[in-house]
Amino acid sequence: MATMAVNNGVNVQALLDAREALKGAPEAAKFAWRATCKWQNGTHSESKVKGFFGLGQEQQHKTETSFSADHPEIFASEDKGVTPVEYMLVGLASCLTAGVAAVAQNRGIQLRSVESNVEGSMDIRGILGIDSEVRNGYDDIKVTFKIDADASKQEIEAIVAQSQKRSAVYDVITNPVNVTVEVL
Amino acid sequence: MIGAGHAGLAASRFLTDRSIDHVVLERGDVANSWRTERWDSLRLLTPNWQSRLPGLAYDGPDPDGYMSSSEVVAFIDRFARVSNAPVRTRTSVTSVRPADGGYEVITSTGAIRCRCLVLASGACNVASVPAVAAGVPPSIVQVTPFDYRNPANLPDGGVLVVGGSATGVQLAAEIQQSGRPVTLSVGEHVRLPRTYRGRDVLWWMDASGVWNQRYDEIDDLTRARRLPSPQLVGTAERSTLDLNALAGLGVTLVGRLAAIRDGRALFSGGLRNVFSLADLKMERLLATFDAWARASGREADVGAVERFAPTQVPASSPLQLDLTRRGIRSVVWATGFHPDYRWLDVPVLDEKGGLRHDGGVVDDAPGLYALGLPVLRRRKSTFIHGIEDDARDVIDHLVSHLDSPGASRSTA
Repeated sequence: MATMAVNNGVNVQALLDAREALKGAPEAAKFAWRATCKWQNGTHSESKVKGFFGLGQEQQHKTETSFSADHPEIFASEDKGVTPVEYMLVGLASCLTAGVAAVAQNRGIQLRSVESNVEGSMDIRGILGIDSEVRNGYDDIKVTFKIDADASKQEIEAIVAQSQKRSAVYDVITNPVNVTVEVL
Repeated sequence: MIGAGHAGLAASRFLTDRSIDHVVLERGDVANSWRTERWDSLRLLTPNWQSRLPGLAYDGPDPDGYMSSSEVVAFIDRFARVSNAPVRTRTSVTSVRPADGGYEVITSTGAIRCRCLVLASGACNVASVPAVAAGVPPSIVQVTPFDYRNPANLPDGGVLVVGGSATGVQLAAEIQQSGRPVTLSVGEHVRLPRTYRGRDVLWWMDASGVWNQRYDEIDDLTRARRLPSPQLVGTAERSTLDLNALAGLGVTLVGRLAAIRDGRALFSGGLRNVFSLADLKMERLLATFDAWARASGREADVGAVERFAPTQVPASSPLQLDLTRRGIRSVVWATGFHPDYRWLDVPVLDEKGGLRHDGGVVDDAPGLYALGLPVLRRRKSTFIHGIEDDARDVIDHLVSHLDSPGASRSTA
């Protein structure tokens, strides 16, 4: 349980209250996350994120965020942004990190620093259509955390394991999801 | 009382002790599910010396052994006889509804009015099979633990066993050893060694008080009640049957079954983390045992501290399996069980079909009780020896209800 002394900047009480409140209101728990994307030129696109739906109504982030995506010059692109697959790594690492902070707070463990490296390996013969046996996406993803906290190694490992268990991005990467792509 | 298994009979014993008029309804014979719904090799997870019911302890020749189903039947039968339980066998309950401040129970042999009713009909009446089962190609045989008796029931060829509970690991081991190559799909599971520091791990659960932890002291009771059974098997060798042991037998371990698309089973890539979670939880439990042994001065009664190798992550674990092409001829759904309350016409179920109750006292239904459900009042609730304390508490509540002025409206 959280103690007053521990402060990782996570309002665990609000999360626990929300958990209680949503137990009896499954409709309010239905969220929809959105992004819009606009082609610029070549492999360059600009995506924006502002609104989402949740707690039964439209919601807005405080500010709109833009994301440039492109491919590097070795792919004969202009490299005006990181590749879409790198955004996936950002999503995974930031989701697990948020989870680490929340779980540590809930368990009364003070964090001093949480750093991670994420690496996804990919055989690009897949996307280039060279070998149909090779998948397009990552064949392996490795996240390495370095955590400094008032806790034993085992407690830290347990926090990281729990953050994976409750991570939306980890889930959607490790399990299949239905994807519909259509044209208006 | 509905159900003449160990739970209903234990409660009956306490009612008899208080001279309260009652009847135990049983759809078949005493200990019916142990007679008819168990696979051949099944043995209790608890050692014989732990098999005790109110006033009846195991007195056979093998206190460290594990009872077979027929031995459990004999033990419960004997308990029914020595406690002279008023059992009405071959009597199925078809409906229960509130009536006159009590309940009306419609059975295959007539209607009964009662002031109080205890549901002791078991936690494992129906096999829970996930919706993804609909995607299994029709040429593949599907069985639940209720259909399964032994490996010879299955066609020759590969077997996909889904679920890493005691049931899943036990069936995976014996099917693999029958020459049918097993792929075992595991999600979150409970890893335990059979023995720890020279004692049965369930001796530790009992002695250290972990098993006695009360339902109202548990942080996440919903989770505790949904926990799969621990990966244990009762054998003469007292061997551990964890995932490392299964991998050693040649079983292929894959992640949680997430979907079946076009005859292809898709498994979660999160296998490594479910291993970590189970290893960490086991280590935490063993550390609890060690701390208890130190604090209680029991160090001399047990062996040296042991630690176990982490669950070995397979070098390559398939994320998908084309079932028919890869020779899978049958699927065993070891994906849990749930109670059957279709005959219960009282609005006491939650949105998932579970009984709403507080330690066996059913919510918003005065006089209605339950026994024998997971962590009903204590962590040991579903084990045979765990029923005594639960039944005593629940019958205490029932008796105070009978004595309360509110219940006197009843005419029965």
